[in-house]
Amino acid sequence: MDIGKDKLLWMYERMRLIREFEERLHADFAAGKIPGFVHLYAGEEAVAVGVCATLRDEDFITSTHRGHGHCIAKGVDVKAMMAEIYGRAGGACKGKGGSMHIADVDKGMLGANGIVGGGPPLACGAGLTAKVKGTDQVTVCFFGDGASNQGTTAEGMNLAGIWKLPVVFVCENNRYAETTSPDYSVSGRDIAARARGFGMPSVAVDGQDVLAMYEATREAVARARRGDGPSFIEAQTYRYYGHFEGDTIQYRTKAEEEFYRSRDCLERFRKTVLGQGLAREAELDAIDRRAKDAIEEAVRFAEQSPLPAPAQTLTDVYVSFPESQLWPFQTVTV
Amino acid sequence: MADRQLSYREAINEALRLEMRRDPTVILMGEDVTGASQSADPAHLDAWGGVLGVTKGLVHEFGRERVRDTPITESAFVGAGVGAAATGLRPVVELMFIGFMGVCLDQITNQAAKMRYMFGGKARIPLVIRTMIGAGFRAAAQHSDSMYSTFVHFPGLKVVAPATPADAKGLLAASIRDDDPVIFCEHKLLYDVKGPVPEGEWVVPLGRADVKRAGKDVTVVAMSRMVSTALEAADQLAKDGLAAEVIDLRTLSPLDEDAVLASIRKTGRLVVVDEDNPRCSVAADIATLAATRALEYLNAPVQLVTAPHTPVPFSPALEDFYVPTPQRVVAAVHAAMK
Repeated sequence: MDIGKDKLLWMYERMRLIREFEERLHADFAAGKIPGFVHLYAGEEAVAVGVCATLRDEDFITSTHRGHGHCIAKGVDVKAMMAEIYGRAGGACKGKGGSMHIADVDKGMLGANGIVGGGPPLACGAGLTAKVKGTDQVTVCFFGDGASNQGTTAEGMNLAGIWKLPVVFVCENNRYAETTSPDYSVSGRDIAARARGFGMPSVAVDGQDVLAMYEATREAVARARRGDGPSFIEAQTYRYYGHFEGDTIQYRTKAEEEFYRSRDCLERFRKTVLGQGLAREAELDAIDRRAKDAIEEAVRFAEQSPLPAPAQTLTDVYVSFPESQLWPFQTVTV
Repeated sequence: MADRQLSYREAINEALRLEMRRDPTVILMGEDVTGASQSADPAHLDAWGGVLGVTKGLVHEFGRERVRDTPITESAFVGAGVGAAATGLRPVVELMFIGFMGVCLDQITNQAAKMRYMFGGKARIPLVIRTMIGAGFRAAAQHSDSMYSTFVHFPGLKVVAPATPADAKGLLAASIRDDDPVIFCEHKLLYDVKGPVPEGEWVVPLGRADVKRAGKDVTVVAMSRMVSTALEAADQLAKDGLAAEVIDLRTLSPLDEDAVLASIRKTGRLVVVDEDNPRCSVAADIATLAATRALEYLNAPVQLVTAPHTPVPFSPALEDFYVPTPQRVVAAVHAAMK
C-alpha cells in the first residue's frame, strides 16, 4: 500500500469526525434542538473520505441532500457547519441554507443540494471552467442511486463524455432512495454499467472500504487531470439511519442493517492498519478523542452563535439589485 | 356543515380513495406514495404512504398497479401522467414539493398545458398534479416555495390551493373529475389542521371563491394557509371595531373575479394576503383586477401582504420574518382604512 501514514491517519480522522458529527446530530435532532430536514451520512464515511483524499484544496465537489460527509471530507469547518444546521448567524451560509444547502465555495464545496440529480450538470460546469481556463482542477460529482435515474445525470455524463471534462462521477449506492431500493427503481440493476454506455471507464467499488475507494478514485482523478475525460465509480455503501431524521425506517430488515454495520468502515480501517502495523492503537484512540472534542466545541460554537437578524432575509439575493424592490408593493412595515 | 372532523391530510386521502373507487381509470403515482416497492415483505407494504403520509393506506385497497411508486425521475413520471391522461387514464401524479417543478417543467408547461390548444381541441388532459407548497416547515429554499403563481401564468393549466379540510376534499374530487390539467397545491403546514368534512360524495366546483367571514369594512383576499392568517387578523380587527370580509379564492385559475369584485364594491377597500413571492403574483393579479374593474369603488390604495422577493430562508429567525403574519395583515388593513 503506497499511502503515507499522514494520509492514512487523515482518512481515519475525517471518517471519525463525520461519524461523531452525525451521531451528535442524530441525538440533538431527537432532543428537538435541530429544525427542518436533516439527512445523515453515518455509514457512508469511507466514500466521501476515500474520494476527497485524492483531491486538492482547489478541486471541486458537488453534493447531495446528504451532504455533511462531503463537506467534512473536503475540509469545511465543522463549527461553521454545526452553526448552519442550528440556523445561526455564524453558520457556513449565515443560517440561510441549513443542512440541505450547506456549502463552502472557498473550499471547493459547491453545495449540498435539495434536488435529486441537481449536481451532475453543475459538476460539468465546474469541469468546463477548469478546461477553458486551462487549470488541472478536477471536479467530483457525488450523487445517489436515486439520482442515477434522473435525466440530468444522464445528460451530465453525456456532456462530460463528449467534451472530455475533468469530472469524476461518484454514485453513492446506499441501497435506498428514501424507501425505494435500486432493485425496484434501476432498470437493468447495474448502475456502473450505465456509465460505460457513455464511453467512460466505470467500476463498482466496496464503499465501506476507504482504501479501495481511495485507490479507485486516485486513478479516475489522475485520468481527469491528464485531460483524458470523465470516469465513473459506483460506491456500494449503506446509510445507518433513515432517509431523514424522524424516518421510522419501515422498509428494511434488522438483519440487513446488522450485516452492513458488521462491515463498518471505521472498524474495518482500524483492523487493517493495526493488523498491518501501519499505525498504533493509541494513535487511533487519540484521534477518536480529538474528534469527540471537536464536535463538542462545534456544538458550543453553534449554541453561542446568535440567530440571524430578520433583516438578513433580504440580503444575498443578488450581487446588485435595487433595495426597494426586494420587497415590492409593501407600504406598511411591521 | 358536517360534524365529522378530519385533518386536511385525511380529507385529501379520503377524496383520493372515493375517486379511485368511483372511477377505475384514476391512478396515483409519485415518489414513495406507498414505499418500499422492491419488497414482498408485508411488513414493508406502505412503508411511507407519501413523504408526509398523505396517501397512506390507499395501496391496501387499490394495489401497487394503481398506487404506483416511481423512481425519483420527475420528468418521466409527470410526463407519463400527461401521456396517460391524453390516452384514457385519469392520473393523479404527486410532485413532492412544488420547487421540483424545475425538474419537469417542460412536461407541464409545453406538453400538458398546450396539447389541447396545439391539437385544435382534439385532446383532453384530465391530469391532476398534487404538490406541496409553503414555508414555515424549516425545509429551506428548495422545499418551501409557494410558486403557484408560476402555473397560474400558463394558459391551459388550472390551479387550486385549498385552505380547509372540506375544501381540500371537495376541490380534489372536482380536480380529478375535471378534463383539464390541474395543479393541486397542498400546504404542508395545513396537513394536521382539522375541520368539519362531509362524508361521502363531496365536490366543490373549481373557479368559485368562498367567503370565509363576512364583513362590511374591508375585503381581505387570501388563499391556502394565508386564509387562516387573514381570519386571525380579522379576529383582532373585530376588537378594533373593524369588520373584515375574508375571501378564500380556493381556485387561482380560473379566478372567481365576480366574488372579489362584489366584495370590493361592498367594502371599498382591498387587502390581499399571499405567501408567494410578490412579482407577477396572484396578489398582484388581484390588485390589477381591482384597478381595472373596480377602481371607482376603492376608497384607498390596495395593500398587498406577501413574502419578500427572496428565496425562503432556512433559519427559523429568518423564515418567521418571511411568511406573512396576522400582525402584518392587521397593519395593512389599518393602512387601507385611511
